[in-house]
Amino acid sequence: MILPKIPVGDFVETAVFRVELHLGWFLDIISNFLDLIISGFSDILMYFPPFVIALFFAFLAYFTGNKNLKLAVGTFAGFLLIENLELWELSMETLSLVISSTFLALVIGIPLGILTAKSDLLFHILKPLLDLMQTMPSFVYLIPALIFFGLGNVPGMIATLVFAMPPAIRLTNLGIRQVPLELKEVADAFGSTPLQKLFKVELPVALPTIMAGVNQCIMLSLSMVVISAMIGARGLGYQVLFGIQRVDIGMGFEAGLGIVIIAVILDRITQNLSQGK
Amino acid sequence: MEKNTKLEVRNVNKIFGRNPQRAISLLNKGLSKSEIFEKTKQTVGLNNVNFEVNEGEIFVIMGLSGSGKSTLLRCLNRLIEPTAGEILIDGKDITKMSAEELRYTRRTKLGMVFQNFALLPHRTVLDNVAYGLEIQGIPKKERYSRALEAIETVGLKGYENSRITQLSGGMKQRVGLARALANEPDILLMDEAFSALDPLIRSDMQDELLALEDRVQKTIIFVSHDLDEALKLGDRIALMKDGEVVQIGTPEEILTEPADSYVSRFVAGVDRSKIFTAESVMKRPEPLVSINSGPRVALQLMKEYGISSIFVVEGKSRLLKGVLMIKDVVEALKSKRKLESIIREVPSIPPGMPLYEIIPLIADSDYPLPVVDEKGKLKGIIIRGTVLGALAMSEDATEEASAGGDEPVQEDKNEEIFSNSCQQGNSMPVINHSSEVEKPGKTSEAMEVKI
Repeated sequence: MILPKIPVGDFVETAVFRVELHLGWFLDIISNFLDLIISGFSDILMYFPPFVIALFFAFLAYFTGNKNLKLAVGTFAGFLLIENLELWELSMETLSLVISSTFLALVIGIPLGILTAKSDLLFHILKPLLDLMQTMPSFVYLIPALIFFGLGNVPGMIATLVFAMPPAIRLTNLGIRQVPLELKEVADAFGSTPLQKLFKVELPVALPTIMAGVNQCIMLSLSMVVISAMIGARGLGYQVLFGIQRVDIGMGFEAGLGIVIIAVILDRITQNLSQGK
Repeated sequence: MEKNTKLEVRNVNKIFGRNPQRAISLLNKGLSKSEIFEKTKQTVGLNNVNFEVNEGEIFVIMGLSGSGKSTLLRCLNRLIEPTAGEILIDGKDITKMSAEELRYTRRTKLGMVFQNFALLPHRTVLDNVAYGLEIQGIPKKERYSRALEAIETVGLKGYENSRITQLSGGMKQRVGLARALANEPDILLMDEAFSALDPLIRSDMQDELLALEDRVQKTIIFVSHDLDEALKLGDRIALMKDGEVVQIGTPEEILTEPADSYVSRFVAGVDRSKIFTAESVMKRPEPLVSINSGPRVALQLMKEYGISSIFVVEGKSRLLKGVLMIKDVVEALKSKRKLESIIREVPSIPPGMPLYEIIPLIADSDYPLPVVDEKGKLKGIIIRGTVLGALAMSEDATEEASAGGDEPVQEDKNEEIFSNSCQQGNSMPVINHSSEVEKPGKTSEAMEVKI
């Protein structure tokens, strides 16, 4: 039995091409806007000397981690090591990419999560989409991002956004759905409006779960930011790629170490946020 | 007491399913719950429920799990929408209210206490209690002062800044109660409020609820699966089965006149010693001797009635002075002493004391126990035989006793000491059908047994 091949590839190709052709101006606006966010964050991070930034993160770790001194010292030492390895600027670029894509992912993802928790219909529509976003190999996002936005930080950020957003949506949805029925009844029985119910009962009770989603989101962002070096996003990932191309084991390892340090620090800080208090 | 209807439930039905109207019409045709489930795959949650709750009353909705009692309670404030019927609160039908009106009614008239406390874990005790006021937009200062008042009412003063996780179960439910009280609602809906507490704490909380009810006079609708709890708390009880109300009545009516075999099986295991009070088992205090009479009169009366002890009272209002023992009277006659000098003090019992508290007292006593009201007036006496009679009472025994009791009921003739005053067919009916039955616990503060 010979059936003609369904031209899925051709179809996607045409669609992407058409979007590029007709909506190019719109994509440019988005691109400029995103670029502004990224360079905003990176400008801030670069403006201060490494010592100040390291100190800032150490304090952040100290206060979010219930005054955990070890964590603060470790954070400070980690940043100093990055500076010592002469990876500071690359690290800050990576960090600003992570922060800006996480920021956007949360701004979009958390409200979407709330909506999916409230509407079973939306949940059923969004669920396969989220599955698709998470199971599709991350490299695949690079191609349309590349076509729409060219080379550079912005397509990297878009790919990262798509990859990192699902857990924020899922866990927000889960957190709100898991709020015990009795607590929802309390909100209603005492005469709360739907918004009061959301902000005074559901979101606070769901907060630990939502923060777990934030943590996931940051971790996925970081991993994707590294991969998006393949389409020209700058930062530590680019250095790793460079190391691979030149078979420079030492350079690759150093950059990889920088990524690990940033990952661990961000993970601890956000984990403490989700468990704390 | 004048009875104002606070809440009225008329023909309320609740169907869980996709096509409730069909199930309702089948219900009206008289099909049973299981038949309807077979035909439509829909569950009948409530089947034509009707009752009224009076102002200031504790109305207990009781039944086993799955009987629809929690569903019914949630229909009252529309946490669950009833499928059909009317629910009138102060004459207004809550089922027809708009979202805005409903919110207003919930905020001002209906407080709710939940089985598993349902406290907000991210808030302190104070902020939990103030929740209802907060969402009404009441300024911080006022809502905190009102919340503090409610916290004090439930006896948690000093804990207002504690975190919820630091509290024990009993304290959590006090917070839950305070939260409901802070709004100053007319009606308290309590959903198995004490079921999650361990037995001792549960019993304490029940007592406190009754004491609270005496002070604030709320209308309370209390859901419970525990018959003892229902009998203890309820002014009236609605017994539910399969979404229907089987019987509504006072605790004594439920116990003594069960509407059908289901109710009588239900109440078969009840500990009657917790339901009956001194008042409902006491006998008429006869004979009595006045404090002004001499020992000879006392001896004469004791001989006449064949008893070994007699109570001494003063004046027309029968103020209890004490008890005379026959041997003391005989001695007094020989030594020509006055009556007053041989009166013994007796522990007295308030009319509301439950039977189970009386049992140990009477077991240790050499003479009947006097039931005395708060003014010191002797209302009646309790002898060992009547206590046993009330405990052993079946329906037949009740009829016999209330028919007049021509013979001393379950009297142990050998126990001469206790056989006084149960003679001449004037024993009081064992069951007190009057509507104002004192409940155990209500008077627990007044319980002062002088031994």
